[in-house]
This record gives sequence, structure tokens and C-alpha cells, in this order.
Amino acid sequence: MIIQEKQQINWQPIIKQFEDVVGKNGVVQRREELLTYECDGLTSYRQRPAVVVLPRTTEQVAEAVKICDRNQIPWVARGAGTGLSGGALPVENCVLIVTALMKKILEIDLENQRVVVQPGVINNWVTQAVSGAGFYYAPDPSSQIVCSIGGNVAENSGGVHCLKYGVTTNHVLGLKLVLPDGSIVDVGSSVPEMPGYDITGLFVGSEGTLGIATEITLRILKTAESICVLLADFTNIEAAGASVSDIIGSGIIPAGMEIMDNLSINAVEDVVATGCYPRDAAAILLVEVDGLEVEVAANKKRIAEICTKNGARSITTANDLETRLKLWKGRKAAFAAAGHMSPDYYVQDGVIPRTQLSFVLQEIENLSQKYGYRIANVFHAGDGNLHPLILYDNSVPGALEKVEELGGDILKLCVKVGGSLSGEHGIGADKKCYMPEMFTEIDLETMQWVRQVFNPKGLANPGKIFPTPRTCGEAANAQSAKQFESVERF
Amino acid sequence: MQISEKPGINSDNLGGFDANHPPDPKLIDTCVHCGFCLSTCPSYRVIGKEMDSPRGRIYLMDAINEGEAPLGEGTVQHFDSCLGCLACVTTCPSGVQYDKLIAATRPQIERNYSRSLPDKLVRQLIFNLFPYPNRLRVLLAPLLIYQKLGFPKFFRATGLLKQISPRLGAMESILPNVTLKAFRDTLPEVIPAEGKKRYRVGVILGCVQRLFFSKVNDATVRVLTANGCEVVIPKSQGCCAALPEHQGQKEQAQALARQMIDSFEGTGVDFVIINAAGCGHTLKEYAHILEDDPNYREKAKEFAGKVKDAQEFLALVGLTTKLSPLTDGELTLVYQDACHLLHGQKISVQPRQLLRQIPGVKLREPIDAALCCGSAGVYNMLQPEVADELGQQKVDNLLNTGAELIASANPGCTLQISKHLQLQGKEVPIMHPMELLDYSIRGVKLYE
Ligand SMILES: Cc1cc2nc3c(=O)[nH]c(=O)nc-3n(C[C@H](O)[C@H](O)[C@H](O)COP(=O)(O)OP(=O)(O)OC[C@H]3O[C@@H](n4cnc5c(N)ncnc54)[C@H](O)[C@@H]3O)c2cc1C
Ligand code: SF4
Ligand code: SF4
Repeated sequence: MIIQEKQQINWQPIIKQFEDVVGKNGVVQRREELLTYECDGLTSYRQRPAVVVLPRTTEQVAEAVKICDRNQIPWVARGAGTGLSGGALPVENCVLIVTALMKKILEIDLENQRVVVQPGVINNWVTQAVSGAGFYYAPDPSSQIVCSIGGNVAENSGGVHCLKYGVTTNHVLGLKLVLPDGSIVDVGSSVPEMPGYDITGLFVGSEGTLGIATEITLRILKTAESICVLLADFTNIEAAGASVSDIIGSGIIPAGMEIMDNLSINAVEDVVATGCYPRDAAAILLVEVDGLEVEVAANKKRIAEICTKNGARSITTANDLETRLKLWKGRKAAFAAAGHMSPDYYVQDGVIPRTQLSFVLQEIENLSQKYGYRIANVFHAGDGNLHPLILYDNSVPGALEKVEELGGDILKLCVKVGGSLSGEHGIGADKKCYMPEMFTEIDLETMQWVRQVFNPKGLANPGKIFPTPRTCGEAANAQSAKQFESVERF
Repeated sequence: MQISEKPGINSDNLGGFDANHPPDPKLIDTCVHCGFCLSTCPSYRVIGKEMDSPRGRIYLMDAINEGEAPLGEGTVQHFDSCLGCLACVTTCPSGVQYDKLIAATRPQIERNYSRSLPDKLVRQLIFNLFPYPNRLRVLLAPLLIYQKLGFPKFFRATGLLKQISPRLGAMESILPNVTLKAFRDTLPEVIPAEGKKRYRVGVILGCVQRLFFSKVNDATVRVLTANGCEVVIPKSQGCCAALPEHQGQKEQAQALARQMIDSFEGTGVDFVIINAAGCGHTLKEYAHILEDDPNYREKAKEFAGKVKDAQEFLALVGLTTKLSPLTDGELTLVYQDACHLLHGQKISVQPRQLLRQIPGVKLREPIDAALCCGSAGVYNMLQPEVADELGQQKVDNLLNTGAELIASANPGCTLQISKHLQLQGKEVPIMHPMELLDYSIRGVKLYE
């Protein structure tokens, strides 16, 4: 153990208390072991935690949080550590509370279409548990084979199927929470409609700054009678974009609608090698429609017509599960495949109004040339959620700084055309300095008041979401920072 | 990689890797830290800690390379907890070659880290015993007596061995029943093909397979000859080297590989057939194992090119025999994917395709088919707690399919699953696909 002199925390007795709660096996304290927890899916920020605690029950979480509260120690929740905005990035001298051992599905109630899970349950285990009975859990981030439901709740994660069915917040009915003072509360309920303030809605997307979710009641849906995936390829990306607008304009709401550009097509074909995506296409459009047999057949026909009208070179369709998965496989592997093309990649996550698509893509191309980094584009086209992947080499001195600047320019562009800083990956540590681009002083202050109610001592995931003068310099709003000095102690 | 702080005092002031093939930083750099490999990793699924996941282990290798972490107890235990199942290689969308990384790490540990005395002794016992069929045979006599006298019941009931050492307890608990047949090799050196000869193939018997599952070898040979293969079984063949290779005993592995290549020299076989998944994976790696040996490098490449898993081979050349049903009605089967077939050799379709050809067979698919059963070579002897949890889960998942019979193509998996079936008081038979094919070819019903 390394003990930071300046804070003079004597960790040994504190670790002993954690061990009393979760057992010796539930605490990680060796320096080299702690190293593996120093970053999440975004590796450009790293900070080793002082201790890692792995509870198994709500009560253990509450006890662990109480120990932090008593000793004024900041803590950060972590699920699978796949977040892309540094949400689970530890802060100096913090305790990391990891939910990996809270992986029980507590209750399955098919009649009422709900499932109660612990936060460490992996997204696609939920579907796996109910698919035999003809149900599924709709939000499907590309990371669904590994990300935790707790992380999904904290980030309000989305996925390719969220165009029609909505993101995580639309599928969370109720939560059991451990608040930063260690108290256990239940919010929401097991039915979709509740009077009073929507505290569940407030918590979803709060990125671990309001407390930690220890039981989550999810809504599950009946699997559609018929599902069809269409893959259209285009020789220019604008045509793909125009098809998206036309499809939505015609009144069809596909379950999902995704575009990948040439660079990303080639990246995934190199790795996944399904041979589904033509390597010479400027863009591919993947559309999934689901519903009743007749409805799917009719929509499939109309979508194919719209794509052809916009100049699609070829259209492939698939109804059976195996081929559908094959068509999706490349899209789901797009980010990680970028890692195969270049030593490092940096994912951005901005949202734009659909109508601005071709303008924004052109601007991104201009930025790419200006900065001299290749950018691969994959996006949830239906809701205008862009994921530009900037390819770079971290071992080149100064590269990361330039890439972050480029990423920042893309975000500013999104906000300028009337969009948003984040679609689904959250603000975390990565984008907090851009918050003033989108929100006024008063907006930010209001949000901080909300946080203050749940997290008055600022111990839960400090330094995330809101700009801090120390890390954001000019960008941070001096006045609100002053007002919330106590919040930003760490 | 930049690690946030200056190297501090290592908790056990030990050195790092030596210069002889440390894990390659270039391979490490292909990892983008996405975490996709976490939930398919059996050790992470049980232990739940980042250090016991592929992503965490790669992080530790990097830290040791960079001098940020020592090669000491705090890191070695997490390399030891890896089952070597290679599920992470299948899952990784960035194409990280974890198999190469862990294969480079294990010999480094053996050379540069001194294990505790009990750990050393157990390992020595295993490495000096299992790869040598003749030594194992010497042990069989007392084992037979031990089993006949009813000691196993005594030990299992009282948990005595387990209390003395969980590892010895684990070793005892997976021992299969010994039959007298295990005391000799009964197969001749050359067995002619039935009907028109299509191929001349070599067969490798495997150490554990030949002693404890000699009937699987017999079945394999019958299936091959029935399908037009002349079978050659050189008497001089020994262990394939899988065991020492997986645990980083590099020199021992190389010596065994050379012996194996020599024993097939001049036999003129078209293919070398193996029916045990773990052995097959290692045999196909010979070119890599002997890459630094100028005398064997080329021979190893040629040999490895001829190696085929029995099911892979039969699916490739096609069955020419007539197949009869195994039971009067339908037979529901679940096929257990051995990691060294599924992840190590990318073989998953072929065994299923062969089994489906047997009339009346209905194949079921279990949840987490790609997750290791916890056997993983000698893992269940070295890390019994993790192995037990995986074994239980595997048996639950297999039985939840409602299958009447389990088909398993690897002796390690078969031992592990049998043990956990027995612990759960379940009496579902478990057989090698080659045995099922053999029954079907000979028109013998299963329950006669
Ligand atoms: C290759 C790749 C693809 C991705 N694709 C998508 C995508 O398509 N859509 C998408 O939305 N995201 C995507 N992500 C981002 C990421 O997977 C999601 O944000 C996911 O929800 C994070 O889950 P996690 O378990 O890894 O959480 P972590 O990364 O461990 O944590 C994320 C945040 O949640 C907080 N947290 C974790 N558990 C709890 C809890 N129980 N209670 C309160 N707070 C908690 C943490 O403090 C942190 O702020 C992708 C990531 C990768 C690496
Ligand atoms: S899946 Fe591959 S790239 Fe992702 S963390 Fe695991 S090894 Fe690294
Ligand atoms: S080989 Fe198996 S046990 Fe080892 S890291 Fe990969 S998935 Fe985990």
C-alpha cells in the first residue's frame, strides 16, 4: 500500500473495517493488483484507487458506503468498467466499489413482464434468462455481452434497438438505492406509472453521483412475431443519410437504424470477416424492422424501395436469427475493431438533428484533414447519435492532447447545429469541460443543487459531470464553482 | 502505456521478466481495454476481480514489462488462475492474441519466480506423473486396490483428504474408475482399413485417454477403419506435451514434442488423428513450440499441418458407413464444447454435424456453451475452488437442456463433468462422440 502523506489517511484500520463487511477476499489492496482498476474503457485517464471493495449484497454496499461516509473518503462505483467517458475512473485516495460479484437475477415475473436483478448482472444475461419464454430486454448497447445493468442505469445507455423502444430509462421501473450516507431507499415501483416526482428517472443517467443502485426492476418485452434486417450499401454517405430521413418521414419506426462509413466497414471486415459488408461501399445502412408478420413484410418492401430510390447499390435481407446476427455482428464490433486498425482510438458520442447529417459529416471530414487524424464514423442514424472514432497512436508525444482537442471540436459542432454533447456514453471525466458549451450557468447550478440533495458531502463520484476549475481551467464556470466549493473538495 | 504514478515500492521486491521471449509489447498494445472478454472468461466469472480477467492479466503483463509491477505473488497468482481456455481469444474484437501472451508468461514465471514449497511439490508430482503413461501405470496398481477396498468412499465421506490439502482432495475426487485393461496397450501397430482404403492415418492415443478411457481409443480406431482408413499407431509415441506446455514447462514440452515427431517419422501417414481436444490443440502448436530448434523447426511445421481432430477429420472426409439409431425412440443429446476444440481449434460445427447424422438424435444447446467446465488440463487440481464452481455451473446448464446423454470429446471435461454429476446425485451418461458413432456404425443400441 502506498499512503499519500498529504491527506494523511491511515488506511489500515479502514481496510480492516471493509474486511469485516465483505471478508478478506472481497477487498483488493495490493499496489500491483489495484493498477488493473486504474481506468475503464477510456484509457487516456488513469488513477489508481486506494482500495477496491467487492460487496455481494445491498447491506454490504450500505456498510461500505457508511465506512466511507464516516471517514470522509470519496468513493466511485464500478460495474464492468466498459464506460467510455471515464465515469468509473477512480479519484485520488478513493474507494472503488465494484459490483462484479452482485450478479444474481433475483426475480423473474413473466406475467407482469418484469425482472429484478442485482447491478452486476450483465445486460444480455437478462435476455438470456427470459428468451426461452419469448421475452427480451430491449436496450442493447454494443457492449451488451459485458456491460452491467448498474452501469447501464448510471449511463442511461442506449443501443441499436433504442430508436423504437427507447433507452434504458424507458425500461427501468424501480430501484433500490444506497445513498451516499449509507441509507437504503426504494424508488419507483413495479408498475410503470407512479404519482409524484420521478426519482427513478432522475437517478437513471446520474453516472454514479447520486448513490449506487443495488437492485433494479426492469421491464421486459415480448419478442416480436417477425423480425427482418435489411442491409443496403451506398456509394455516397449522403444517400444513406437521405434514406434514413425518408424512412422516418414515411412513418415507419424501425427497431434500429445504423450507418457505418467506409473506414469502419473495412475495419470490421478485417477483424470479424463475415464478408457481409462490401469493402468498396462509401456507407452501409442497417435497418431492423419488427412486429407482426404482415407489418414487417410491408415495411421491408417500402424500406427497400426508399433505399433503391436513394441510389442503394444492393440490398440484402435476413429473417432468420443466424443471418440477422451475422449482419449485426460487424456493427457490434465496430469500436473494438478500430483498435485493430490503429494503436489507439478515441470515441466521441455526440447527437445532432437528423437533417444536419450530411453537413456535420462534411465538417467532421474537414476537421479530420485539418488535424491529420483518420476518423471512422459509425452511428445510430435513426436518432442522430454519432460515434466518430478518431484513430491515433498514444505513444506519439502530444497526440492525445491533439486528439482530445479534435474530439472537442466535434462536440462543439454538434452543439452548434442544435444537438447534444452525449448520446449514451455519459459526460464522466471526459466531457465535463464542455458542459458550459451546452448549459448556462443557471442550468449547471440547478443540477448541482440536485446533486447536493442526494450527495451533500460530495463523496459519491466526485469530479465527474460538472466542470471543475482545476481540470477545466477557463471552461469551468468560476462562479458556480465557488458556490459549490464543498462539493468539489476532491 | 502510461501508468498514473511513479513506480513505488513493490510489495515483494522481486524482479520482472527476463529477456528470453517476454510477452510481446506489440501484442499487448492491440488490447484497447474494451472489456469484451470479461464475461466469457471463466476465472473472472467466478472470482469477479479485474486481475483475474484477460484484460486485467494483459494489464499486469504490461505493468511487469514496464517495471511498474513485480513478478511476484501479487501478479503470479492471477496468471495461475487463468484456465488457458482461450475463450477470450474467440471473443476479442480487436484480435488480441492472448494465447501467445500467456504462453510467453508461463515459462517466465517458472524461471523467475520461486513458488512456495507445497505449491512446488504438488506441481512436481503432476508434471512427473501425468505426461508419462508408464509412470502413471505404476500408480494404477495401488489405485485399483485403493478403489476396490472402498477407500474413496471413506475419503469422500469424511472429507479427510480435502482437509489435509484441498488440491490433493481435488486430485483424488476426479480419478475415474480403473479397469484392468488400463494396464496394457492392446491396439496393434497397423490396423487395415475395412473395404476400399481411402487414407492412411496415424492415431495418437493420449496419456490420460489411453489409461482411463481406452475404450474411446478403441472406438475411434473402429470408426476410422470402418470409414476406409488404414490406422497406424507407433508404439514409441509418448505424451503430446500439452500438460507441460500449458504450465510453462518449456523444455519438457519441447522434448516430448520431438519424441512425438520422431515416432511418426517414416510412417507415411496422410493425417495424424487425435480424439482428445487438449492434445489436439498442442499438437497443432508444434511449429511454435519448436520454433527455436533448427533441427526440428521444419519437421514440426510439417507434422502440425497433418494433425486433425477426429471429428474435424471425419466431417471433412465424410462418413461412408451406414448409421443406425442408438435407441428405440428419439435420443436428446447435449454436446459439451471443449475449450481446446471450440476456442483452441475453432471446431464447434463438425462434432454437432456428425452427431446429427445419427438417426433419432435431437441436439440441444446449453446456456454458456462457450464457458469452460473448469477442467482445463490440470487446473482442477491446481485451483480446485474455482474449478468446482465452474463444474457445478456447467452441469446445471447441461442438464437444464433436458438432454438424456452428454457428448464430450475431451477426457478432462469428461472427468470433471462426471465428478460433478456424481456430486449432484445425477445419473446422466457421458460419452465421447466417437463412441456414439461407433455404436451407431455397429448397430448396437445404447441401453442393451
Ligand atoms: C466497445 C464498446 C462499445 C460500447 N457501446 C455502447 C453503446 O452502444 N451504447 C451505450 O450506451 N454505451 C456503449 N458503451 C459504453 C458502456 O458500455 C456503457 O456506458 C455501459 O453502460 C457501462 O457499463 P459498465 O458496467 O461497464 O459500467 P462502468 O464503466 O463500470 O461504470 C459506468 C458508470 O456507472 C457508474 N456505476 C456503475 N455501476 C453503478 C451502480 N450500480 N449504481 C450507480 N452507478 C453505477 C460508475 O460510477 C460510472 O460512472 C460501449 C463501450 C465499449 C467499450
Ligand atoms: S476484448 Fe480484447 S481488446 Fe477488449 S479488453 Fe479483452 S483483450 Fe483487450
Ligand atoms: S484463457 Fe480463459 S481463463 Fe485465461 S484469460 Fe482467457 S478466457 Fe480467461
